[in-house]
Amino acid sequence: MDNNLVQIALQNVNMWAIMPSLILICFGMGLLLINVFLPRGTTKHAVWISLIGLVVTGLFVFKGWGDPQYGFNDAVALDNFAAFFNITFLVAAGLTILMSDEYLRREGYPVSEYYPLVLFTTAGAMWMASGTDMMTIFLGLEVMSVGLYVLAGFFRNQVRSNEAGLKYFLLGAFSTGFLLYGIALIYGVTGSTRLTEIGIYLNAHTSLLGNPMTLAGLVLIAIGFLFKIAVVPFHMWTPDVYEGAPTPITAFMSAGPKAAAFASFLRIMEYCFFSLKPEWTAMLWVLAVLTMVVGNVIAITQTNIKRMLAYSSIAHAGYALVGMVAANEIGYSGILFYMLAYAFMNIGAFAVLVLAGKKGEDNLTLEGFSGFGYKRPFLGVAMTIFLFSLMGLPPTAGFAGKFYIFAGAVKAGYLWLAVIGVLNSAVSLYYYLRVMVYMYFRDPLEDYAWVSMPVSVVVSIVIAIAGSLYLGIVPGFVMELAKLAVF
Amino acid sequence: MSSTTGSLPTTAPILFEDYLALGIYVGIALFLVAILLLLSWGLGHRTRSRIKNEPYESGVYPTDNARLKGPVPFYLVAIFFILFDIEVIFVASWAVAYDRLGWAGFGQVSFFTLVLLVGLLHLWKTGALDWGPSAARQNRKNQDIP
Repeated sequence: MDNNLVQIALQNVNMWAIMPSLILICFGMGLLLINVFLPRGTTKHAVWISLIGLVVTGLFVFKGWGDPQYGFNDAVALDNFAAFFNITFLVAAGLTILMSDEYLRREGYPVSEYYPLVLFTTAGAMWMASGTDMMTIFLGLEVMSVGLYVLAGFFRNQVRSNEAGLKYFLLGAFSTGFLLYGIALIYGVTGSTRLTEIGIYLNAHTSLLGNPMTLAGLVLIAIGFLFKIAVVPFHMWTPDVYEGAPTPITAFMSAGPKAAAFASFLRIMEYCFFSLKPEWTAMLWVLAVLTMVVGNVIAITQTNIKRMLAYSSIAHAGYALVGMVAANEIGYSGILFYMLAYAFMNIGAFAVLVLAGKKGEDNLTLEGFSGFGYKRPFLGVAMTIFLFSLMGLPPTAGFAGKFYIFAGAVKAGYLWLAVIGVLNSAVSLYYYLRVMVYMYFRDPLEDYAWVSMPVSVVVSIVIAIAGSLYLGIVPGFVMELAKLAVF
Repeated sequence: MSSTTGSLPTTAPILFEDYLALGIYVGIALFLVAILLLLSWGLGHRTRSRIKNEPYESGVYPTDNARLKGPVPFYLVAIFFILFDIEVIFVASWAVAYDRLGWAGFGQVSFFTLVLLVGLLHLWKTGALDWGPSAARQNRKNQDIP
């Protein structure tokens, strides 16, 4: 080995570029070690330590805003784009951890290994957002996914949780195969895995743009991410996995990993394939319409609220894809904004579901919510706010997010796409409002005496309400940050 | 398409002398095996009896259900082996250039080893390394807490 090469390799390491995820990993490992020395069944320390870890990481992310760090020979970039998504992941992980302890205890799984897994998963998501090399992104995807496979099947004595874990694992492994195949083809065409180098090479060699190998690579990479985002032809796993997984993990999966997949997808499409923009926007146009329509229409027929939220999360992925089709500053920053808003409103809705359930039975049918709003006013109002936000009514975060995304689409000339999106939002009113009809316009069948109000879950609900309303009433500040974050 | 492919070293024509040693080695190996088999076939004495024809001579009688129920820690062993074995590759790649990587490289590989150590400690303390009947009994006792 050449001495100079070694020196170059070491000088370009720059640990600051991965500092947030490194802190999370260290907290996770420390927590694993502490766990084994404490008797089984003690989890309070794990909640506190992981929350402290998330806050410390958040402080580092805030400190690094506007001061991009590049490391590992440009395989990792902690720029504003990554920082904004990191905040989204941290919010999702924090809200999830806050509501988890109560739920796990009730279901008889007070297992402290849960929390390090959430931290590792979050760290993987951070690598996906800050990866500027195909290999870094792939590594992050794997770290994130492996943790999620375990978490989805965490209730190991429940058949449905096992089913969720196995399904997620098999289909996730399959989609990872697609992604790797695409990376291999693109590497074969351009001779690089570095995103910027691929982009420059493809731009300089225009004869390669029509090459079947390039196009196949582009499509395969897109499929890999679209699986994770749950876009329509690749959405089949979503309802089963979301229904079977522990409720807090469902909440986390629908916000954190989805945002992570969007982050890498955006970066790859914008860095590598900007020369092929007309091709992939046309592809995503079709997929966005399909996703919105299928997600919303199937959600109408669901009677299980968790499953309904799963289909609604598919529909929301479709709305966010509209921003990618727009492919301009407002569209992209709209996606960033929407992912943060979605983390608040969706995890909040799941937190209410966590409290509404009994041990062993989750109480997720619509009838189970009859009169819930009168018997449990706080939870009823909270659920109402989250559902309003998911519908996209002002003054909530969902409205602002959809507004920016559709504004981006209109500005880019996709008027019809925006019209289809708005029509779909109107369709979604039906199934969101139905939950509220049951909560407020039906006579209560039960007195909901089992519903307790533990502080941690209430705190997570309050934070989610605050986030949903703040992003809805004064979206300007966060939107400015999102605009600074996009390329 | 060939932006990064460097020129490969030109291959020399295959010479007979280069493969002579390999040929001799293969020949000796075959010869030795053949000799051993032939000698034991020719010199060994044969007895035929029921006991001699059993699958495991002087062993357990194979007269039970083939589907035995028993603790199988082998898969755990295999997983741990793969985990810790693959990590050695990284350490080995550091060891090749340890003098040139200096203290920074040493620090990084130390951190890596520390991570491994945490994993080992976790395995140890959770009882994943305890095999045998006593561990199984212990597990059954703790069954109420998953």
